[in-house]
Amino acid sequence: MARGLSREDKQGLTLIGLPFGYALIMLAAPLAMVVTFSFWTQNYLDIDRTLTLENYRAVFSQPIYQTLLWRSLRISLIVTVVTVVLAFPIAYYLSFHVKKNKALWLFLITVPFWTSYLLRVFLWKVILGYNGVLNTALLKAGIIEEPLTFILYNANAVVLTLAHAWAPFAILPIFVALEKIDRSLLEAAEDLGDGPFRRFWRVTFPLAIPGVVAATLIVLIPTVGDFITPKLVGGTDGLMVANMIQIQFGKANNAPLGAALAVTSMVVVAIISVGIYLVGRKIGGRVAR
Amino acid sequence: MSTTKPIIELRDVRKSFGAFEALKGINAVINEGEFFSLLGPSGCGKTTLLRMIAGFEPPTAGDISIDGKSMDGIAANARPTNMVFQSYAIFPHLSVADNVGYGLKTKKLPKADIKREVDGALAMVDLVGYGDRGAHELSGGQRQRVALARALVMRPKVILLDEPLSALDKKLRDQMQFELRELQKSLGITFILVTHDQEEALIMSDRIAVMFEGEIAQLATPEELYRRPATQRVASFIGVMNFLEAKLESSSDQGVTLDIAALGNVTLPYQAVPQGMNPAQIAKVGIRPEMLTLLFDPTDKAENEVQAEVVSSDYYGDMTYYSVSLPNQKDPVIISMRNTAGRSIAAPGSPVRVGWGVESVVLFE
Repeated sequence: MARGLSREDKQGLTLIGLPFGYALIMLAAPLAMVVTFSFWTQNYLDIDRTLTLENYRAVFSQPIYQTLLWRSLRISLIVTVVTVVLAFPIAYYLSFHVKKNKALWLFLITVPFWTSYLLRVFLWKVILGYNGVLNTALLKAGIIEEPLTFILYNANAVVLTLAHAWAPFAILPIFVALEKIDRSLLEAAEDLGDGPFRRFWRVTFPLAIPGVVAATLIVLIPTVGDFITPKLVGGTDGLMVANMIQIQFGKANNAPLGAALAVTSMVVVAIISVGIYLVGRKIGGRVAR
Repeated sequence: MSTTKPIIELRDVRKSFGAFEALKGINAVINEGEFFSLLGPSGCGKTTLLRMIAGFEPPTAGDISIDGKSMDGIAANARPTNMVFQSYAIFPHLSVADNVGYGLKTKKLPKADIKREVDGALAMVDLVGYGDRGAHELSGGQRQRVALARALVMRPKVILLDEPLSALDKKLRDQMQFELRELQKSLGITFILVTHDQEEALIMSDRIAVMFEGEIAQLATPEELYRRPATQRVASFIGVMNFLEAKLESSSDQGVTLDIAALGNVTLPYQAVPQGMNPAQIAKVGIRPEMLTLLFDPTDKAENEVQAEVVSSDYYGDMTYYSVSLPNQKDPVIISMRNTAGRSIAAPGSPVRVGWGVESVVLFE
């Protein structure tokens, strides 16, 4: 290694310096604060700054926190599976069957983002409510006798709302992975005797795995920590860990416990994500290069 | 070829993409064990025709039959053909052995048989011991061999090659041309090669179909194509051809006498006139650069001679290509001369005698 920095190195450092500093201040500093907080204790209006593991002990011993964490993971895993499974055919259709105006289709997929996330969640409330659009329609059509109640204020509603909200984030990476597949590979598979079904499982799907893994991670990671959707449509049975964190920082006035919950769920999500990435790399094999 | 059993028959095959007619009625018979080339400039429909034989595109009209069976409605995966793609289409997620054994796995062959067949195919293309490598660890030439092995291992009736050598550098291409030809001869499988490289087609093929704008302009052996091109377009596509203005002077028992503006009157026997050509319609004659000789020495003699002047020369090492202006001829003609020992390059402006023979003259309408 040469001593000192080359001209190019200096240029590079100058260029990334500012955004790096920004990221450090806006991301790393709050994170460091949350981690530090999680080792402190709330003493009514004061913070006791002696380092302690008491908050983590509470997180791991009191059943409510574990229940919430498990529920969050379960819900977001279901959301991820539903979203990716539904996104794949859309991405496939877009990539293989839309010949003209692909850009327009992609643009249309982003239409839900034109309104705010909060508004979209509220709209689901309108659709799924006791006197909501869905129930009224089904009642009028004579399909049901009384309004369905299992569709709002529970985990089902959370899954439905989140799966809808995150669909574009799953469609896009899968679409990109499918677009990257050299079409002559599919012809080669056909030429070598494969029908459409075998060809899909032997060529298309393995080559789309990087996109599926990306979609999985993109949906899974943020949904674990979502708190607006469970709060608005989740009822009591749909509450997730993020709601508890919010309560600890707010009403319960126990920021250190909230911080410990946040750090714990962050670590759990990180472990799961790394796991998914590694499994994806193994299945995707030599593709992910 | 001792036996000439047709393996592929193309009957009035047409293909339209919207209003664009890509193929305008192709008729050809390709024989078993033949190395057949489709040669033409890009956009002439040669790749479309190959893809239609493979089954990737249905013909708009006409019939393609392989080994006596019409391929109408038969999908690519059920045809006795295998293709070597221009991009090679090596599966990036599979090893070399899995790539080569891909089709055998679909055929549900036992594992041990697949391994034996794959090893055999890899040996054929000189890639013994490469089975465990990933697709990304191969060079261009190796990818080409894997693609070939993957087709060979299926033991198809016909192997289709879509410009397989165009991505390789010159040296590797020359070597692969030779190897492909040798492999084809030893296996006796019919090869159909699509190429825009006339030299490649001439070197490798038993027969060549020259295609322009969706039609076969001429279907002949390489020698026939080069020596007796049917049209001016074929003549200038295959090698270099000098065209000289000519018209019929008279016909007699000895043959037809032509008045060639640059060379004077010449009498050709009737068999030099292609079948179906009316001698009165003759408008041009063609002479290849190597069929004209510069007579450097006063003692050099030729069947016919004409006085001319050197315009310029291009030195190619083994050969020199001269531009020579002939009397009554607007564009200079190209004459190629082998650079033999002790001969210097004639300087521009120097007068020369050009020698030529009657049998080297090709007639065009």
